[in-house]
Amino acid sequence: MRQPRDTLKNPEHELRIFRLRSLLAVVIVLALSGLLAGRLFYLQVVQHEKYSTRSEKNRVRVEPLPPTRGLIYDRNGELLAENRPTYNLTLVRERVDDLDQTLALLVDLLDLPADQVEAFRERSRQRQRPYQPALLMSDLDEAQIARLAVNRHRLPGVEVEAQLLRYYPDAEAMSHVLGYVGRINTEELQRVDGGNYAGTHFIGKTGVERFYEDTLHGQAGLRKVETNARGRVLRELGHTDPVPGENLTLTLDKGLQHLAVDLLDGRRGAIVAIAPQTGEILAMASVPGFDTNQFVTGIDVSSYRALQQDIDLPLFNRAIRGSYPAGSTIKPFMAITGLRNGEITPDEVVYDPGYYQLPNDSRRYRNWLRWGHGRVDLERALEVSNNTYFYSLAHELGIDRIHDSLTQFGFGTRVAADVYGQSTGLLPSRDWKRARFDQPWYPGETLSVGIGQGYLQITPLQLASATATLANRGHWVKPRLVHETGDEPMLLELPDTPPDVELEHSEWWEDVISGMEQVLSGNEGTARRAGAGLEYRMAGKSGTAQVFSLGQDQRYNADELKERLRDHALFMAFAPVEDPQIAVSVIIENAGGGSSHAAAPARAMTDYWMLERDHGELPPEAAADEDGEADGAEGEA
Amino acid sequence: MMAMVDVLLRRPYPVKQTASGMSRKRSLWERIHLDPWLLGLLLTLMSAGLVVLYSAGGQGMQLVTAQAIRFGVALAGMVIIAQFTPATLLRWSLPAYLAGMMMLLAVEIMGDMGMGAQRWLVIPGVVRFQPSEMMKLAVPMMVAAWLSRRELPPRWQDLLVCALLIGAPVLLIARQPDLGTSLLVAMAAVFVILLAGLSWRIIGLLGALAAAALPLLWMNMHDYQRQRVLTFLDPESDPLGAGWNIIQSTTAIGSGGLWGKGWLHGTQSQLEFLPESHTDFIVAVLGEEFGMIGMLVFLLLYLLIVCRGLWLAGAAQESFGRLLAGSIILTFFIYVFVNIGMVSGILPVVGVPLPLVSYGGTSSVTLLAGFGILMAIHSHRRLLPR
Repeated sequence: MRQPRDTLKNPEHELRIFRLRSLLAVVIVLALSGLLAGRLFYLQVVQHEKYSTRSEKNRVRVEPLPPTRGLIYDRNGELLAENRPTYNLTLVRERVDDLDQTLALLVDLLDLPADQVEAFRERSRQRQRPYQPALLMSDLDEAQIARLAVNRHRLPGVEVEAQLLRYYPDAEAMSHVLGYVGRINTEELQRVDGGNYAGTHFIGKTGVERFYEDTLHGQAGLRKVETNARGRVLRELGHTDPVPGENLTLTLDKGLQHLAVDLLDGRRGAIVAIAPQTGEILAMASVPGFDTNQFVTGIDVSSYRALQQDIDLPLFNRAIRGSYPAGSTIKPFMAITGLRNGEITPDEVVYDPGYYQLPNDSRRYRNWLRWGHGRVDLERALEVSNNTYFYSLAHELGIDRIHDSLTQFGFGTRVAADVYGQSTGLLPSRDWKRARFDQPWYPGETLSVGIGQGYLQITPLQLASATATLANRGHWVKPRLVHETGDEPMLLELPDTPPDVELEHSEWWEDVISGMEQVLSGNEGTARRAGAGLEYRMAGKSGTAQVFSLGQDQRYNADELKERLRDHALFMAFAPVEDPQIAVSVIIENAGGGSSHAAAPARAMTDYWMLERDHGELPPEAAADEDGEADGAEGEA
Repeated sequence: MMAMVDVLLRRPYPVKQTASGMSRKRSLWERIHLDPWLLGLLLTLMSAGLVVLYSAGGQGMQLVTAQAIRFGVALAGMVIIAQFTPATLLRWSLPAYLAGMMMLLAVEIMGDMGMGAQRWLVIPGVVRFQPSEMMKLAVPMMVAAWLSRRELPPRWQDLLVCALLIGAPVLLIARQPDLGTSLLVAMAAVFVILLAGLSWRIIGLLGALAAAALPLLWMNMHDYQRQRVLTFLDPESDPLGAGWNIIQSTTAIGSGGLWGKGWLHGTQSQLEFLPESHTDFIVAVLGEEFGMIGMLVFLLLYLLIVCRGLWLAGAAQESFGRLLAGSIILTFFIYVFVNIGMVSGILPVVGVPLPLVSYGGTSSVTLLAGFGILMAIHSHRRLLPR
């Protein structure tokens, strides 16, 4: 017999139910508590003996075994990053009979000043637990190790411990591309798998060391050890070996990299060299560099501040992060853009009176040669680096088509597959300008972009990569730094490779490249001095990037400008023309004109790669073989 | 027999109701709406917990201070909540529930990926907040609010509504994935229904259904969750991995014996064999250093709190308050049972802290907020008979 819903609740009845149920709950709560108490009784009274023994004698502890970091080699197997054993002096307080006497003896043996005793005493207290070794001194030299070894019987509790430390034999030349490892900080610890890094003290901070951290690090192992009641290891019960990190073979050529650094000769700048057919980055130098080994052991504050505040920005990787106006090096790519879009043909002629004027605009956009080059076709426009020709072309193309086509060459994008920290540079567009300045795009700005000035900013890596694509007649191979991981070669066709740049008349590639060849070999070529005596066919283009903008009728006078306001010198080149083996970009900050300052280093790079490399080291018969291989390579292409 | 129980239950706790409410003097405690007994027990427990935490946290004042500050904040929250009347709480049940659901959905959509599971809602620069924690109170509140409007004991139709009210948030929390919390939230709501007098027939039927659904649950578990269950069944199968915690914690407790090794002298915990010794596994430190006696003292404290809580619940006048209070206190006990059970090796490892002893802020706040509700329900009594 139930009452109708919601009309009559029965509080008395509800209260009764609740009290009955909560009484039941109390019974269950007591039963469960009894169960817990029973379990505790079982563990703490019945089984106490067993657990007590286990706790007292059978202390098992798991210790992580850090893996050995993979080594890094250049393409010829030269070691670029190794793990050098260093020796540390440690002391286990528990095992020392007379601390004063031991410390005095140590200072004496190691030839240290007497006040070092107090420093040692301080460090020996670092560890809370007396059975743990405290680090007294790191990086002992051989003589010190020998003296300690001879006196070992007099020094109970004193140990020389070996620890592997990263070492870069070519720290300065390789500083940016290789990067470095440093002590892990808390932020990084959150990023990685804590278990795998439990015994690891170092992690890749920049460059290859950072990008390939997972590959280089390896898999940590475990050691199960038995310790006594005070925690000291008695014996090892078993272990899982760590899996060492994989070795990397880079595409870099140590000789070429050193040459690049030498060519920059202490000037601020960058040189990047790529093998066009394989995308292999052969050299990637940014000068000035710094000693990465300092960062491994932990750089002291004043040295770090000095590096940071250096006006030449040694910590800055110009090759991948430096954004520069392209200057005239953009012209070959503009030429391709014009040909693709049907705005020009190779034979079309533009008359250059020394300046260009937009319709209905009085402003004169000047050629660098004040009186003009007269009649110029595509080839000559590239050879003499005519501005008027490219102003006219840029105006006909408009910024939208220029943006699309230059994107296909990789400008404005991160071009390389495995380079950490690349900048995109800046490839301007209408949308970008709207978003950035809330302004429309003006036609005059298109003209600036047409000769590589204005908003356009490129990185040396982008310029080298675009040059490689041009050398490949539009075929894209993504630039990469790693040749082999362990024994696994890197794929030639990487995912995310941009589509090839295509021309309707593929022979037009040769017209553009021929113009670039004239830059070095033609009578009027801007870099004909650098091209003198070439033993192979080389194509290139100089560029001069304005740091300091001029009013429309001002003339540029290098002497009047302060060094930092002088133009950047640029050069891009590849060789040989018929079977490209190397593409190079050179950028030297504030050096002046590109043809006179950047062309010669580019030539030196291609000369080395085409003529000099390995020749000195190979025995005569092998050298003959190599010539044969070079011929064979031509056939392959 | 029933008659006897009837007699026992009719007025076991005589409600102080006089003919004229005005003549009754209200004590200080009633005026600040706190229950002195419960407050005293909670403070004793928390102080004892801090003593254990000092040892478990490597003998530094840092953790202890941080925990004490959190306790202070949580206690303040409790006092504030205790000032609300049950009617206010009833009115706020639906908004709180809906807000919680919205936040769970927000977490589902854009939750911060933290620790492999999406649990946190981050309002940049303001708070990191775990909506599932709030649902531990909001869901039982909602269910109690719903049931209190219906005739009790609940019928099938009411159960269906309750199932929806419980199912939605529980599924969302389980998807985060946070199986432990979702089960606790479900349990808190189920306690409400059980206390409301669900018939034994239905309880039996649902129990059988749940047992039948176990294989289904197993199939839907994440690998790490299965691993925990398997490890529980045989800790030695993975002594270096998941079984490590259990082996070390049982060793710690067992080696403590009857009297313990003494404060700060537990070798297992002091030599860092014991993982998470200041959070979920703090009981092992307690068992090792204070022995079975210490454990029983803590267990007794918890039992006293539960009994006092149930007494307060039973004395409530409205079924909403009664059901909610009962559910809060029983859930509290479940935390204690699951935590001690897991550390002593009779339950699988789930991430449940020991209430008011384990280090951690969020759970203390939720727990004390619950006790705030309990005190609010008890202390706002109508002085006139209706």
